[in-house]
Amino acid sequence: MASNTLYSPRDPALKKRDDFEDILEERRSSSDLRYALRCYVPVVYKGIAPCKPGVLKTAVLQSDRLRHVVAEMSKETGESADVIREEASGILEEMAHRLRLGTVRFFAYSLSKAFKALFQRVRVNEDGIQRLQQSIQEHPVVLLPSHRSYMDFLIMSYILYTYDLSLPVIAAGMDFLGMKIVGEMLRMSGAFFIRRSFGGDKLYWAVFSEYVKTMLRNGYAPIEFFLEGTRSRTCKSLTPKLGLLNIVMEPFFKGEVFDVSLVPISISYERVLEEALYARELLGVPKPKESTSGLLKARKILSEDYGSIHVYFGHPVSLRSLAQGRINRSQYNLLPRHIPRRPSQETQAFVNETAYRLVRLQEENMVLRPWVLVAALLLQNPDGVDMERLVEQTSWLRGLAVSFGAFLDWPDYVSASKAVASSLALHTGLVRTEGGRAQLAMEPKEPGSPEEDLFDRAASVLSCASYRNQILHVFLRPALLGMAMQMAEASRKDDIYSCFSFLRDVFSNEFILCPGGTVQDFDEACYMLTKCAAVHVQKQEVVATEKGQRILSFLTSLFQPFLKGYQVVCRFLCEDAPEGFPESEYVAAVRSFAVKRILSGELTCYEALSSDVQKNALAALLRMKVVRKLKVGDQVTLRVNKVAANTLENKLGGRVSTQKALLARL
Amino acid sequence: MLFPCLCGLGSLVSSQTPKPCCLGSPIVCERQRVCSTDVWLSDPQYPGAEAMVLTAIRGELVVIPVEWSWLTLSRVLFSRQEVMKWNGWGYSDSRFLFNKKGQAEFTGRRYRLSGMVLPSLKDWFESTFGASLQHKSPATVSSMCATLNASAVPFPSLNEAFLQDLKSTGIPFSHEAEDRVFRAHGHCLHEIFALREGKFGRVPDLVVWPNCHEDVVKTVDLACRHNVCLIPYGGGTSVSSALECPPDETRCIVSLDTSQMSRILWIDEKNLTAHVEAGIVGQDLERLLNESGYCTGHEPDSMEFSSLGGWVATRASGMKKNVYGNIEDLVVHIKMVCPRGVVEKSCQGPRVSIGPDIHHFIMGSEGTLGVVTEVTIKIRPMPEYQKYGSVVFPNFEQGVACLREVAKQRCAPASIRLMDNAQFQFGHALKPQVSSIFTSFLDGLKKFYITKFKGFDPHHLCVATLLFEGDRERVLQHEKQVYDIAAKFGGLAAGEDNGQRGYMLTFVIAYLRDLGMDYYVIGESFETSVPWDRVLDLCRNVKERIVRECRERGVQFPPLATCRVTQTYDAGACVYFYFAFNYRGLADPVNIYGRVEHAAREEILANGGSLSHHHGVGKLRKHWMPESISDVGIGMLKSVKEYVDPDNIFGSRNLL
Repeated sequence: MASNTLYSPRDPALKKRDDFEDILEERRSSSDLRYALRCYVPVVYKGIAPCKPGVLKTAVLQSDRLRHVVAEMSKETGESADVIREEASGILEEMAHRLRLGTVRFFAYSLSKAFKALFQRVRVNEDGIQRLQQSIQEHPVVLLPSHRSYMDFLIMSYILYTYDLSLPVIAAGMDFLGMKIVGEMLRMSGAFFIRRSFGGDKLYWAVFSEYVKTMLRNGYAPIEFFLEGTRSRTCKSLTPKLGLLNIVMEPFFKGEVFDVSLVPISISYERVLEEALYARELLGVPKPKESTSGLLKARKILSEDYGSIHVYFGHPVSLRSLAQGRINRSQYNLLPRHIPRRPSQETQAFVNETAYRLVRLQEENMVLRPWVLVAALLLQNPDGVDMERLVEQTSWLRGLAVSFGAFLDWPDYVSASKAVASSLALHTGLVRTEGGRAQLAMEPKEPGSPEEDLFDRAASVLSCASYRNQILHVFLRPALLGMAMQMAEASRKDDIYSCFSFLRDVFSNEFILCPGGTVQDFDEACYMLTKCAAVHVQKQEVVATEKGQRILSFLTSLFQPFLKGYQVVCRFLCEDAPEGFPESEYVAAVRSFAVKRILSGELTCYEALSSDVQKNALAALLRMKVVRKLKVGDQVTLRVNKVAANTLENKLGGRVSTQKALLARL
Repeated sequence: MLFPCLCGLGSLVSSQTPKPCCLGSPIVCERQRVCSTDVWLSDPQYPGAEAMVLTAIRGELVVIPVEWSWLTLSRVLFSRQEVMKWNGWGYSDSRFLFNKKGQAEFTGRRYRLSGMVLPSLKDWFESTFGASLQHKSPATVSSMCATLNASAVPFPSLNEAFLQDLKSTGIPFSHEAEDRVFRAHGHCLHEIFALREGKFGRVPDLVVWPNCHEDVVKTVDLACRHNVCLIPYGGGTSVSSALECPPDETRCIVSLDTSQMSRILWIDEKNLTAHVEAGIVGQDLERLLNESGYCTGHEPDSMEFSSLGGWVATRASGMKKNVYGNIEDLVVHIKMVCPRGVVEKSCQGPRVSIGPDIHHFIMGSEGTLGVVTEVTIKIRPMPEYQKYGSVVFPNFEQGVACLREVAKQRCAPASIRLMDNAQFQFGHALKPQVSSIFTSFLDGLKKFYITKFKGFDPHHLCVATLLFEGDRERVLQHEKQVYDIAAKFGGLAAGEDNGQRGYMLTFVIAYLRDLGMDYYVIGESFETSVPWDRVLDLCRNVKERIVRECRERGVQFPPLATCRVTQTYDAGACVYFYFAFNYRGLADPVNIYGRVEHAAREEILANGGSLSHHHGVGKLRKHWMPESISDVGIGMLKSVKEYVDPDNIFGSRNLL
């Protein structure tokens, strides 16, 4: 069954993946209009024709769950039930999609035009489409694409339309509604809108979850949402958000559906449309508000070449098989099913673990272009590198990545020099090639103040890093082992394991590391490094081999920027952070601290300026209780345990040899 | 005069025609095989012969007046294997078979369907299971009359001291292989399958037939004195492995057959109660009460064979519980013999508040605490009028909604059952050959009206069968009320005949399983009870789970997984599943069957269903007892067992 794909096979390099088909090819040779107006008859769940959006709304408003919550709220607030019901109806009106075939056809037409202008190819694994088609007929389907760009959900709907599959309903952020006409058009092409935060609003939560569940139960349409919650600005997967996943799993837990198919989908871009925007955003230039005029202005991007897109539909994962032996569904027997209740701890743990697994499945099937390897190498050589050497290194790295199971789009007949050359050509904005040397484009176009120059340089480093980030998941576990070996300064397996576990813990907000999977990850790392003969694993010891030095030093320096970034944050907290400073000022304060250190030459790592790293570091510190949040009035302030922060920094910098006692304190 | 021979090999030659007083000559068919049989005489030569029954006791021919027919006669008839199959369900003379023309027939004369040809059963059978008449899987030791191969039965290990004392009491007993094997099993699939293969596991070492309460007291007393294991045996219709002997039991196992205790001791017309010995079989109890103008109204589907004591010991439920109540509502007083002594209440007050009801320790104890010997049971005057009915619904969801509404308004008829589409089609396959063109024309017209005119999809529609009872006027009024509710849910009245056929199905289904087993099809039924809001989800999920498990376990053909809602309550319903599949190509079909059934039960529990509504737990389902009633609950039951039966004399090991 679908579930056994969850455990990666022992040898990642032998992973079998489907072939791709380019869906734009046909679009380039036949009429877009005819394509948009063609007969569209998707297969449906169990052959049941989906109801009209209006019927759906009534079903939600009259559901037991909503009636219960309305009655409860009316009792609590003293408000009449009718008023609350009215409010609920208003929420639903704001939220609900109004899928209309006409709008879909309009999108089919205009997106065909746009895609052809933007991309060379949009490639899809057709086997995955076939599996999906099968799933849609059998069980309610949840589509879980990765999220790197606004394009993601347009692409998804476009592909499903192309293959005559039922169009998904998509959970979108309310911010889209700010765009006047476009918001409504998205609504009519299947998007439904949810507020970014509604923590305490019981009614909102009830309407929202009932709406999603009703669609799922009826097999109304595939439900699509982004596990990562928001677009990843760094091109590496974000730790999953669990709210919606909880909601779509509940009907299964409560026996309302037999099973739910979770389909991880990996969408990989050769160049993300928002590339330049993201780097600015990470450096603190705020994200432009979504607006229609903004979108029109963005038209100029139509003239650029964004390479190809790969969309990989993973194997549908059966929730039932996942939950087998994990979730005791009879726990729901004693409470009427419409009464909401907090999921039990075992359920929460299960949902969390499943979310991580799904994100990992997304990562595994991300297609990587040769440029990603080149970017990783260029970042490790900020002073530039000879072309010849670059080609040699890229070729070496390719071998390593493939043996670690990377999904490289680099056919055998393309030579390394050709691949490197074409990569550099597509990314001229980021690389400078002069006199047989390649170097990151760091010199500002027009010199300004030292600070402006610094930000310019940082922007291009971060852009480049966003490509390197795409391959991190391949190397993450072996690299953690490599760093642990360095940190432990000994070859005893136990010591290395405890360092590994420490690093894994520190970085678990930064990378996709399933909670509780330390042992498994450690084994996997040992296996991978043993396989490429970089280390020698014995019963008690892990020893680096002669040949392994190159691999290990590449791996450790690949992750060096993160180590540095976290150290900077610790240093800031020790030295610069005033007692009890407000959380809202944290990012700006760390940034200016880092800027000072770079300007003074103490720090060379530009990635420490990335707000993403800074936020993840804070989350890690909060989790490790080095920093605590205190609520003072409306303000949330941070209180730092300076001793712990200092110790942590030293440990990350490898300045203190491992001591168990210290570990225990952390 | 020719009698059909039930060994299936020939017929009884006319010279063997008995005289009413003729006793002693065995019935031998032309194949020279001893056939014991139970044939109604209908020869006009004998005046009043319709009232006589030809029967045989251990190969000896006896003609007796009809009112003694064998079940009443069971007092002199120790060996039921004379009239009942030892390796299948029910009477030896009643069975399904495919005749030479490939049409299904039901033999015998006992049922409405008996002697009829069922033309559409073959097609249904072949298309549902992918089975074929060419592929037969006959029982290895088959032949209905032939006695089993006694040499294959393990030798009894007897407790000599116990035997000596038992002899002195004069209570009849036997250690013949036939008697012992017959009482070593219920009717679970694996039990019957093993019998057909001629495999016998641990069987009782001895069978005793106590004649009255005092006999039971003596037997239990002796058993305690000599440390002998007792397993009470009533009708033998258990489907929970409750009658299986624990294979590792080293003591002598004695099967205590209650069949000889089948008298109605008194009827109290003032209080409308009857005091009955617990060995009486359902149909006898009903018939004997009917003679006095009364009935109990307790009609489980197994009532032809199951006994009053068995009902009490398993918390049985009857089809007409809406009018008469389940066994716990019917019982007024119980007498049970335990190793510790006799337990009973001192009065017959209709309701008491004297601590936890001790009846509830007895009901559902499944033979682990003692033997029920006498029961005072409520009786009712026989209903003046009975009427069947049926309603067609466009789909199962509407049907369930209607049943829920009927339950809400508390106007359920004596029985109301809702079959799903697969079962509806199954029922249709059992339609006998129509006698006239006119009827077939009418059937066609009905079908046209429902599917074309009313737009019901024949692959989704489902049928509720109804049975009304009471005085005529009230029945008609009640009928109207129910049909009005049904109409609100899109239900169309579909005639008495469909209703009646639905109920007949439940009596012959067990015979059908034997037919299936002749053609590589195995199956069984199981049941649960579930709150109303989860009925639909549970039905869908369990059926889907069955299909999925079968596929994953390598069953080559899609299984039959079908259900019906058979009882309605204020807070929920009882759901009954049939599950069967074609096992060609499987090495160990019974094992796979067991695993799928296990998975189905897990699914039931996960969907808010109960472990059992009326079949009981036995040994088959005791694995789930702790999670069903909590560890403390188990402890409660254990402590009762500990006190009542410290030496585990009643060692069937059911329940706990």
